[in-house]
Amino acid sequence: MGKLEDLDFKKNNLRKINNFLQNISYKNNKRNFVIKNPNGEHAVCAGLKEDISVNIKGHVGYYCGGMNQKANITIDGNAGTGVGENMMSGSIHIKGNASQSAGATAHGGTIIIDGDASSRCGISMKGVSIIVKGSVGHMSAFMAQSGTLLICGNAGDALGDSIYETVIYLAGKPKSLGVDCEEKIMTKKDLIKIENLLKKGNIKKFKSKNFKKYGSARKLYNFKIDNLSEY
Amino acid sequence: MCGIVGLYLKNKKLHSKLGRYLSGMIDNMSSRGPDSAGFAIYNNLKSKNIFKYSLSFTNNSSIKSFEKEAIKYFKDLKFINISDHTIVFSTALPSKFIPYLRSNFKNISIVGYGKSIEIFKQVGNPKKIVKKFKLDNFSGSHGIGHTRMATESAITIEGSHPYSTGEDECLVHNGSLSNHNNLRRRLIKKGKIFNSFNDTEVAAGYISQKLSENKSIKKTLTSCLKDLDGFYTFILGTNKGFAVLRDEIACKPAVIAENKDYVAVASEFQAMAHLPNVNKANIYEPEPGVIYKWGN
Repeated sequence: MGKLEDLDFKKNNLRKINNFLQNISYKNNKRNFVIKNPNGEHAVCAGLKEDISVNIKGHVGYYCGGMNQKANITIDGNAGTGVGENMMSGSIHIKGNASQSAGATAHGGTIIIDGDASSRCGISMKGVSIIVKGSVGHMSAFMAQSGTLLICGNAGDALGDSIYETVIYLAGKPKSLGVDCEEKIMTKKDLIKIENLLKKGNIKKFKSKNFKKYGSARKLYNFKIDNLSEY
Repeated sequence: MCGIVGLYLKNKKLHSKLGRYLSGMIDNMSSRGPDSAGFAIYNNLKSKNIFKYSLSFTNNSSIKSFEKEAIKYFKDLKFINISDHTIVFSTALPSKFIPYLRSNFKNISIVGYGKSIEIFKQVGNPKKIVKKFKLDNFSGSHGIGHTRMATESAITIEGSHPYSTGEDECLVHNGSLSNHNNLRRRLIKKGKIFNSFNDTEVAAGYISQKLSENKSIKKTLTSCLKDLDGFYTFILGTNKGFAVLRDEIACKPAVIAENKDYVAVASEFQAMAHLPNVNKANIYEPEPGVIYKWGN
């Protein structure tokens, strides 16, 4: 790896760039990095573990920022499938649209999507906060276990299908709700939580009162003998 | 896995660069399909009654002996040989030329025919295949390409995409169909001929059948949603343009980039990263079960 300004895919390959960013010491004073010409490469910034800032100038492929810990990643473009998958902490800000399965199984941190997210946004999420300024596709928050999914636009078919304890705040309309997902009563705590998320996402067009809350009806939690014929 | 790409050039000034752009797209999708590749180029001829027949010469069939024999039956044949493929130009109608070829030259496969389409496909590394066929030099209005990771049938030329089962039609597919055997039997009863055990060939045959019944592209693709069981992102090429369809579960990826000069479709953004001004194009994912079409 040459000088820092060489975080350019025209000059270096993915393995070298990721290896460099993954091994930055906590003692290192330089904490801000720019990646140029990502050209849809997969796994850009996967597995970062220091609190550094990385600005990616362009569109990325699959699993950008996967397994991220502590790092703050900004993508000046669109992200492919599985952006921030299994993220533990830190943040990813996507200035364009995100493809399928954004934030899949992510445990913590924040994902902000300025555009739309495609299908299965927040699938099996386990604690992450996902803020989508646009709409999400079908099967979003499928089997989502914990964390918060805030959507300013609409949601596709089967929102929150088989959901566990993730909370969904939706300003638009769901095309349909998935099995065991229902609208919930909004509490004061929820409103404060939404205001905080809106602040985090720098969203001024919406207020907490614009949102509805969805979550698990908890009817699938236990086996019921009445449902035997369904198996 | 498989990689699919399509490029439709709205700007006529870019037509001479079609091959160069498309070869880059196929090259970039090598990682999704390393075992075979193919492409279809649409380039209308000035004369409206000339047909182009794309022939693949493998299995020890000889181009020269075919040329000698065929000229005896069809007088106005012209040949352009590129690697192991030959494009035959002729006023002979498909209803005469194709049966002649099938009964006299069993080792030659017709990979496509029509007034606009030219198809090339081969087994091996996609990068080498586009070089071998000199795709960079092709010009045309639109083109479709495929890189294959074989799942449903053997790694052979017959198993490679694009599949052309009708005049100026072709289909590339990322995914797999589960009801292709039943559908193949039904289509064979209707008179369709299949050359492989591949699922995509059945989908192509199904689409050709519907189009030949004067169904519109929109109606044909809508009926695909009902009759085809499995996963798919399709690009369907016709002499005027192409259409894109994803199944309703939409596990198979697709991304579209559109600007005033072109429409590009690919399995991944990587495939189109080299196109001019793509970063400023309108980039979006086709929605599941929705038909997108250009030029038709």
